[in-house]
Amino acid sequence: MTNRAEMTRRDILKSGAAASTVTLAPGVTLMAFGGTAEASSRADAGKRWGLLIDASKCDANCSDCVTACKVENGWGSEEELAGLNPGQAPEWIRKVTLRDKATGREVSAPVMCQHCEEPPCVDVCPTGASMKRDDGIVLVDRHICIGCRYCMMACPFKARSFVHEELTDQHVQAPRGKGTVESCNLCAPRIDSGRIPACVEACEKAGHSAILFGDLKDPDSPISKRLREYDSIALRDDLELNPGVRYTNL
Amino acid sequence: MALEQTIYRELKATRGVWQLAVLLLAFLAAAGGAWFYMEHHGHVVTGMDNQIVWGLPHVFAIFLIVAASGALNVASIASVFGQKVYKPLARFSSLLAIMLLVGGLAVVVLDLGRADRLIVAMTTYNFTSIFAWNVLLYTGFIGVVGVYLVVQMMRRINYKWVQAAGFIAFLWRLALTTGTGSIFGWLVARPGYDAAIMAPMFIINSFAYGLAIFILVLLVLFRLNDRPIGDGLLIRLGRLLGIFAAAVLYFAAIFHLTNLYAAEHGAFERFILVDGGLYPVLFWGVQVVLGGLIPIALVFLNPSRSSTVLASILVVVGGFAQVYVIVIGGQAFPLNIFPGFEVLEGFHEGVINPYTPSIWELMLGLGGVALALFGTGVGAKILRVLPTNLSDANLAAKG
Repeated sequence: MTNRAEMTRRDILKSGAAASTVTLAPGVTLMAFGGTAEASSRADAGKRWGLLIDASKCDANCSDCVTACKVENGWGSEEELAGLNPGQAPEWIRKVTLRDKATGREVSAPVMCQHCEEPPCVDVCPTGASMKRDDGIVLVDRHICIGCRYCMMACPFKARSFVHEELTDQHVQAPRGKGTVESCNLCAPRIDSGRIPACVEACEKAGHSAILFGDLKDPDSPISKRLREYDSIALRDDLELNPGVRYTNL
Repeated sequence: MALEQTIYRELKATRGVWQLAVLLLAFLAAAGGAWFYMEHHGHVVTGMDNQIVWGLPHVFAIFLIVAASGALNVASIASVFGQKVYKPLARFSSLLAIMLLVGGLAVVVLDLGRADRLIVAMTTYNFTSIFAWNVLLYTGFIGVVGVYLVVQMMRRINYKWVQAAGFIAFLWRLALTTGTGSIFGWLVARPGYDAAIMAPMFIINSFAYGLAIFILVLLVLFRLNDRPIGDGLLIRLGRLLGIFAAAVLYFAAIFHLTNLYAAEHGAFERFILVDGGLYPVLFWGVQVVLGGLIPIALVFLNPSRSSTVLASILVVVGGFAQVYVIVIGGQAFPLNIFPGFEVLEGFHEGVINPYTPSIWELMLGLGGVALALFGTGVGAKILRVLPTNLSDANLAAKG
């Protein structure tokens, strides 16, 4: 299964995104994630990053993807959660277990920002803090987010959280801020440095490989091939948002 | 002409005026304290969370903003629709409209996660967002209505300029309330919103809320200064309020009937109308009966001064309940992310989201009301917007 990860790494290297970040200092990588116009220009418009989640491979009792996301992006530590009621806790990625009402079949899958092609959160954001990079990654520019939470009202997937309290010990690559909105950014800083998202890596390590990461625009990428060969769905397909995250065997 | 014959005088600072001012300042101080507390600790100290992202402050703010545009109606009826009897009320109507909007906006701004970044919202626009448009519509409203007020107060000005300013202000207030309603109407993903009727419904609601508040504030200020206000005028205003209250019910009925027709919205309607706990009580009990049917019955079956007063109070209460059901009820009902599936595990997934507002949110919201009323009082104190005599005899004399 390392092949898939290798393939995607090679995809990224080919894009040139990695080359630009290699020449930059770590502090500048942080800028790339910040969502400025400059950062967006560093994202490759020739790519559209996406995930294909195979629910049949996802173990209901495993939440390694969630843990990996917490570690990578520095949210949901014991210390942070202690002061919050559960409804106020951050949730960049969550695991859900579902039962088909008609057949009784049970499935499990992670849900995160679906990185829509037509993101409602971007449409409603008054300041443009909620933005989509050229490579399809939807994220929040924490520098101009005013904390109005309109994006949270608009998101069909409950993918966003509001930072309800003061934070300490933040990760350099994932700055968070009280009073602003946050969500999965597909590990943009990792992608910009030629790595795959933390949840994808964790799922591979756990031996499930339920999450496939890759470039949806490249017809030869493993994710594009899989999508071509197998039936898949998008959550809330009726809204025609064309999410970059798709599900199979759900 | 009525305009010349009406004498406008500043509010006299009587003992009662001072007492009311001190009371309102106390509410403002409490709201300031509540805001500092929430700003310091973050929204963790509020009842809001990642499910109910807009809480009680938004209910207050939206109610005030909607009422603001409605409060301008009295002036519009005079300047745009040429009803002379409303002319003496037009100046005060304009002032109240501006101050209600200021009160509502203050609450919205202070409830932002980063209120200190207001300048960002004023300088960085994403024009696909109705919120961004609203920033312009709201600030523009204050400017347009401000000019309208000034023009009304200018001596020796051709009345056509008042009419022109009044017409622009009227169009602007329609745009403003369309923008406010569209905040919800354009939320495609939520079953409680996503409806084009929200914009016109908010306009109709504004007629009722704004007129009710206008009547109440006018009466209080007149009583504090012992200025006469005629029964005939109040009965007339009451009748108008009754028509607006009926229109509010009509739009609410069409909104829910249309939803009921679509099977996909059936669960949401059931929640709001039948088994949603607090929300059906607020909808049927407070909005429809207390805030709709009773005021309508009062002003049409027993037209009197006291009926108009009571009807105005009830329309305000019912309107507040209506905004609460729209804002909070719409979020309490879960998003249907996985149609056809039952969620076995997943936090806050597919379940009704609870919400209990904190005292801080209540204090902030009441502070917005206090700001609107205090500002209106100060405006009436320093500007000649209130007529000295609104007795029926005086109004009839001007014909």
